[in-house]
Amino acid sequence: MTSPLEQKKIKITGPSIVTANRTWDGAVIYRTAQQGWSAELDDAAIVRSSDDARALLAESTADDVGAVGPYIAPVLVSESGKVEPGNLREQIRRSGVTIGLPAQTLGLPVQV
Amino acid sequence: MYAYDEIDRTLVNERVAEFRDQVKRRLSGELTEDEFKMLRLQNGVYLQLHAYMFRVAIPYGTLSSQQLRRLAHVARRYDRGYGHFTTRQNIQFNWIKLAELPDALADLAEVGIHAMQTSGNNTRNVTSDQWAGVAPGEIEDPRIWAEILRQYTTLHPEFSFLPRKFKFAITASAHDRSAIKIHDIGLRLHKNAQSETGFEVLVGGGLGRTPFIGKTIKPFVHGRDLLSYVEAIMRVYNQYGRRDNIYKARIKILVHELGVEKFAAEVEEEWQQMRDGALKLDDDVVEDIRARFFYPKYQKLPHMPDELKQASADPAFERWRKNSVATHKVQGYSIVTISLKPVGGPPGDATADQMDALADLADKYSFGEIRVGHEQNLALPHVAKHDLPDLWKALDKLGLATPNVNLVSDIIACPGLDYCSLANARSIPIAQELTRRFANHDTAELIGRLHINISGCINACGHHHVGHIGILGVEKNGEEVYQITIGGRADEKAELGTLIGPSVKYDEVADVIEDIVEAYLALRATPEELFVDTVKRLGVEPFRERVYATR
Repeated sequence: MTSPLEQKKIKITGPSIVTANRTWDGAVIYRTAQQGWSAELDDAAIVRSSDDARALLAESTADDVGAVGPYIAPVLVSESGKVEPGNLREQIRRSGVTIGLPAQTLGLPVQV
Repeated sequence: MYAYDEIDRTLVNERVAEFRDQVKRRLSGELTEDEFKMLRLQNGVYLQLHAYMFRVAIPYGTLSSQQLRRLAHVARRYDRGYGHFTTRQNIQFNWIKLAELPDALADLAEVGIHAMQTSGNNTRNVTSDQWAGVAPGEIEDPRIWAEILRQYTTLHPEFSFLPRKFKFAITASAHDRSAIKIHDIGLRLHKNAQSETGFEVLVGGGLGRTPFIGKTIKPFVHGRDLLSYVEAIMRVYNQYGRRDNIYKARIKILVHELGVEKFAAEVEEEWQQMRDGALKLDDDVVEDIRARFFYPKYQKLPHMPDELKQASADPAFERWRKNSVATHKVQGYSIVTISLKPVGGPPGDATADQMDALADLADKYSFGEIRVGHEQNLALPHVAKHDLPDLWKALDKLGLATPNVNLVSDIIACPGLDYCSLANARSIPIAQELTRRFANHDTAELIGRLHINISGCINACGHHHVGHIGILGVEKNGEEVYQITIGGRADEKAELGTLIGPSVKYDEVADVIEDIVEAYLALRATPEELFVDTVKRLGVEPFRERVYATR
């Protein structure tokens, strides 16, 4: 889970996606095959070679208005085609914190 | 409390307007992220895993009830109903939207709060003792000097583009609650042989990738010379500090590489050229700042009121009082620390409802004032002793009366991989599990004072190097593993902890900490010998043996 902020050379060893944060609210987003962004990992374009990853990242980086800090992240693709995050960091980004939020812990209402 | 003047209010309001325009230009695409990043960082806005994070300064840890209510409002209106108090007397909101940030800043500005210089390579929030102005034996209120430094460093052009971030901490008490020895500049107020007030100046403390304890470069600098001497330090840092390597850019590296004597000599040479210049502080200036701190009108109250005598028959109250209530400089009053470390809760978090309720309690029992400590707890600094039983009952209803201050479950922890984009491992779930393991108060009392600090990466926001027990999360082959150090401390005897052995897995951390604590209970010379003193006496070896003998 080395921070992707330290990602320098692009070399992937398995299926990967490009993810970023949406500019106006910071929400987690994924680059789609239609050159857009989606909040759903299932919609992400999956690349399997370093060249394709570089190209997808370059295209994503070009959209500086819609997204902040795009980077390549690994995913796991099951035989049925189901896509899951490839490490704990991305799992947390997709599913949220692994703890109850304080208001939930105390049984108080949470505004989302 | 400190009263802002018109200059402060204008500056803060202008900053909000400026940032509103910058955000608008960013969202329209007029500014690129590269251009915008430094601007947002200088306004306390980070980008974290799930969202933007907004860090708000609480200068020298002092808040009014009105300000705390406004923080609650920001948590409720713009975030998810809670905030996280940090180890540097800031509060962070984890889910803020960039588009709404200018409104949040404007709301805060109305009560004199801002986020200037809570990030970026500039001088950060000046921190101090959360018991400032009320601690018995204090030389004088260190916040006066912290405020002078705050005004001097805020938006100072020479200190806005430093090689790296820069942190000040000030204490005026013999017992250091401000962790001054792990700051870039640590200042300890004391009096010289002529009874003049001045500062011992320490430089080059800091944790992170390369931890150092700060070193004294001048035993006494007169108060009137504080700014000129600090500026001399900053000039030497600005001149020689490394800008080519982020990992070597902090002043601690410069002090280490130059050597403390050489560094001190460079500062002295610089200072001699400027000490009698414009930065020399007139008494009038200091008195003007002092006059804008206003203090409660304390009443003459008995040392032991009847209400306290009666309440002391209740073991639950006594348990809380023993750990949370400290002696005040004025007879009949107490300082009450409010634990933000409930069993199973994230350390340092408070809900908006809790903040609002606490603001009401501050109005009722503490002259409307709240303090924030670097241990991620809050305090009510002026509570009449006869009010302690009622305050305790009210705090208990809010989940804010956990009687664990300074005990093993009073854990300092960074947000870790649950929130932070720099983290390699989770901190909060480790802390939560440890609070559950040590939830039995009798056991915690038996163990005594023991500080556990947890960081989710080498940047050390949880100050793990100076925890009596330090836990550092790292990543190894895609898994979270944790390095354990023991024997660190952050007070006037500050020391870095020593690694006890190979890292342990996420699921093993709580067991390992229990083993270390059990070893301590078996090894301590007397029940009064604190954990950190047992480690000092025996070294890490017996603890290492205990932990790794069966692993």
